[in-house]
Amino acid sequence: MNIQYSDALVIGGGLAGLRAAIEVAKSGQSVTLLSICPVKRSHSAAVQGGMQASLGNGAKGEGDNEDLHFADTVKGSDWGCDQEVARMFAQTAPKAVRELAAWGVPWTRVTKGPRTVVINAQKTVIEEKEEAHGLINARDFGGTKKWRTCYIADATGHCMLYGVANEAIKHQVKVIDRMEAVRIIHDGKKCLGVIARDLTNGQLIAYIARGTMIATGGYGRIYKQTTNAVICEGTGAAIALETGLCRLSNMEAVQFHPTPIVPSGILLTEGCRGDGGILRDVDGYRFMPDYEPEKKELASRDVVSRRMMEHIRKGKGVKSPYGDHLWLDISILGRAHVEKNLRDVQDICKTFNGIDPADEGPKGWAPVLPMQHYSMGGIRTKPTGESQWLDGLFACGEAACWDMHGFNRLGGNSCAETVVAGMIVGDYFADYCKNNGEVVDTNVVKDFLSKEYQYLKSLVDKEGQNDVFEIKNRMKEVMWDKVAIFRTGEGLKEAVNELEELYKKSLNVKVHCKELDAANPELEEAYRVPRMLKVALCVAYGALLRTESRGAHYREDYPKRDDLNWMKRTLTYWVEGETLPKVEYDELDIMKMEMPPAFRGYGAKGNIIENPLSEKRQAEVDAIREKMESEGKGRYEIQNALMPYELQAKYKAPNQRIGVDYE
Amino acid sequence: MSRKLTIKAFKYNPLSKISKPHFVTYELEETPFMTVFVCLTQIREKMDADLSFDFVCRAGICGSCAMMINGVPKLACKTLTKDYPDGVIELMPMPAFKHIKDLSVNTGEWFEDMCKRVESWVHNEKETDISKIEERIEPEVADETFELDRCIECGICVASCATKLMRPNFIAATGLLRTARYLQDPHDHRTVEDFYELVGDDDGVFGCMSLLACEDNCPKELPLQSKIAYMRRQLVAQKCK
Ligand SMILES: Cc1cc2nc3c(=O)[nH]c(=O)nc-3n(C[C@H](O)[C@H](O)[C@H](O)COP(=O)(O)OP(=O)(O)OC[C@H]3O[C@@H](n4cnc5c(N)ncnc54)[C@H](O)[C@@H]3O)c2cc1C
Ligand code: SF4
Ligand code: FES
Repeated sequence: MNIQYSDALVIGGGLAGLRAAIEVAKSGQSVTLLSICPVKRSHSAAVQGGMQASLGNGAKGEGDNEDLHFADTVKGSDWGCDQEVARMFAQTAPKAVRELAAWGVPWTRVTKGPRTVVINAQKTVIEEKEEAHGLINARDFGGTKKWRTCYIADATGHCMLYGVANEAIKHQVKVIDRMEAVRIIHDGKKCLGVIARDLTNGQLIAYIARGTMIATGGYGRIYKQTTNAVICEGTGAAIALETGLCRLSNMEAVQFHPTPIVPSGILLTEGCRGDGGILRDVDGYRFMPDYEPEKKELASRDVVSRRMMEHIRKGKGVKSPYGDHLWLDISILGRAHVEKNLRDVQDICKTFNGIDPADEGPKGWAPVLPMQHYSMGGIRTKPTGESQWLDGLFACGEAACWDMHGFNRLGGNSCAETVVAGMIVGDYFADYCKNNGEVVDTNVVKDFLSKEYQYLKSLVDKEGQNDVFEIKNRMKEVMWDKVAIFRTGEGLKEAVNELEELYKKSLNVKVHCKELDAANPELEEAYRVPRMLKVALCVAYGALLRTESRGAHYREDYPKRDDLNWMKRTLTYWVEGETLPKVEYDELDIMKMEMPPAFRGYGAKGNIIENPLSEKRQAEVDAIREKMESEGKGRYEIQNALMPYELQAKYKAPNQRIGVDYE
Repeated sequence: MSRKLTIKAFKYNPLSKISKPHFVTYELEETPFMTVFVCLTQIREKMDADLSFDFVCRAGICGSCAMMINGVPKLACKTLTKDYPDGVIELMPMPAFKHIKDLSVNTGEWFEDMCKRVESWVHNEKETDISKIEERIEPEVADETFELDRCIECGICVASCATKLMRPNFIAATGLLRTARYLQDPHDHRTVEDFYELVGDDDGVFGCMSLLACEDNCPKELPLQSKIAYMRRQLVAQKCK
């Protein structure tokens, strides 16, 4: 029997897991990190566009600060987020970017003097200040007041991930790749670690630690059309669900990105539109200004995605063997810009579609269609990152619902979340591991190990009737057809029913290759697919019950945002042996919000069922602000009076900026 | 008009006592812009669920899927079937890495070891206060560092390298590029002398025979030969001092 011990255990080696592991290693404890692929191949490598942080260096970022970043994030979330967490995040993001710079991440820098940019399809000259020269630059992204997205050409995630992974090697984080966590070991109260399966030789190993963190990324692969890497199957969230204790929250909040390329689903970054690219329809017509005159292509992702589908429904899509699509035109940015700042985009278009997007006119237009992109939901945690229901289990990054994104996350806020949560949650996690002694009952561990072995053996022994790939592909179709951008009660009901049937079928599949002590990709599918179905059921069932539209969750039969009945977070959990998740809710307290719910700024006003508390709280907020401003109080004091929040002193410290110093 | 593709894949499980290295042939219909990733996914779903291979991003950015395709190491997810006029594609695992199974090799272990060998992180004595404005870097200098930071650790240059096949400890182009990257980065305070300690021998920069296959095959078109030459000049100058 193989049992490995360390002080801390991290599952997942994307930006979130690695950054958290470094925090633990810096506290002088031993940390083991497991990942199904070599960590530098994690999905985080795919981030192209960039990371939001209110540095305010560039001319178009002037005047930016944490308050604006916070407000954009809350609005973007359609008031579904935890505002205290959004505050913690906005305050720490500039520090995260600066830390990465010190670790060698080669952020694109500001060059003083005039430069030509494309804004609203017009070439415009902006003048960069002398004192900003050599500082980190930022580009425009959807839904933000300022240009706030720090970037490195269109390979931001690659450079960030390498910077963090190399730093982890330096700090002697023990990284074990091709090692998949398949079960959480717990005694009903406390998490003791995980059972993992070595993907090269099939061995089962128990990894035991004082604290365990799940940072396994999103679950996009439950959809047929997705920008996500093939390993984003949500199994990390699923094993938390399978404890029967942990809750997954807001799983129905799934983001669809406007511009993946058709048919491969590979993403063309939001940076394309951020830098000035535009959308066109079958007639070559730029349609977004008709729908969203103010923000046009740079409205929030949920809004742009819906507008695109709406336009396609009006018959304005381009017909293709893969269904209707629209065009993305970046040729208007000029060849030089494309070749320097959107090089990977160009490469993707050339390789996978034979198009050079720098070519002017229709020749260079790329076929695009909104597809699944990001999982706002995940393992529910407190602001410290710890599960409310299982002691010693933490989660961060896309796998978690720390809840700074609510029902729609802004572009550039997610890789920012990974590193920021890696710092903040990583630090709480390190403290937890330090202060909570080992109470490991080896009998519990042995029991879990032998049960897992029996389970895997039963999978290969069973002469089941069903084909695991058929089930998997059907699940993806159901999710795409009925639980995607536009949702209806009827469709969701059908989806839930069919997914439940598929789940039952998935318990009875036939695995042809019987080897347990070897890499066995077929066996992997056999134990992953039922888990993916559990996650899919949480998404579909949560969506069916939520009779309103908020952020990315859009119900055609309930088109209004319903603040009266739905200012709440969905929590799903799974009772062993059941075939559907259980659902409960967690109220969001309007009276504690720094920014009470209001109009988000898109579409028609009056599309909200208001909650009287919003007005009441707004009056309170206004009164406090007015009084304190008249007393000459600064923005930090006012903020603290409105909504105090906890954050480690090292992260809460004010951020210095050019021109305003620490103000 | 679609045509038939013939995919021959190498199969072998080194951990099994009964497994013998052999090729298995699969036939499939070609579709427009079909990649080797699409072929292998179809094979696993419809013909042979047991075939092992690695993909993560399927977009040419993560470096997972390098394999020998008709004798040349390439990223399988970026390789289009239409580029093979006779429709016959032979797939083998890359040499130079530990073989896991079928088309899968252990690049993760190799690269972690390489990173430790060249100490692939910023070396810098000072503590950074992250509440303060960041260190200024000339924009072109940051861009140049980025150009060398783009390696995706796919291992293609390693598998292309004859020196590496003869001399197992050779650090290969990617390892030398990494030293050039940190030498170029102003955040790293290591001197040429420090780098000499790390790669100033025949397993390092003096082992390269300049056969150029690394640069020819690198999917990121990194300037491997000129950077190896640059490192060599720097380190020779150091030795002659
Ligand atoms: C194409 C694309 C572009 C994007 N661009 C941007 C952008 O410009 N800006 C932005 O802010 N965000 C962007 N995002 C979102 C962002 O990339 C992700 O949200 C973020 O990288 C998630 O990081 P993570 O560390 O949480 O997880 P990941 O990077 O997904 O890492 C997950 C890790 O968990 C491991 N793992 C998974 N399951 C298991 C298991 N069972 N056992 C062991 N290990 C496991 C994996 O091996 C991996 O190491 C983009 C996403 C996509 C799809
Ligand atoms: S240098 Fe090029 S070929 Fe070598 S590992 Fe890096 S990306 Fe791959
Ligand atoms: S799968 Fe990522 S490079 Fe091919």
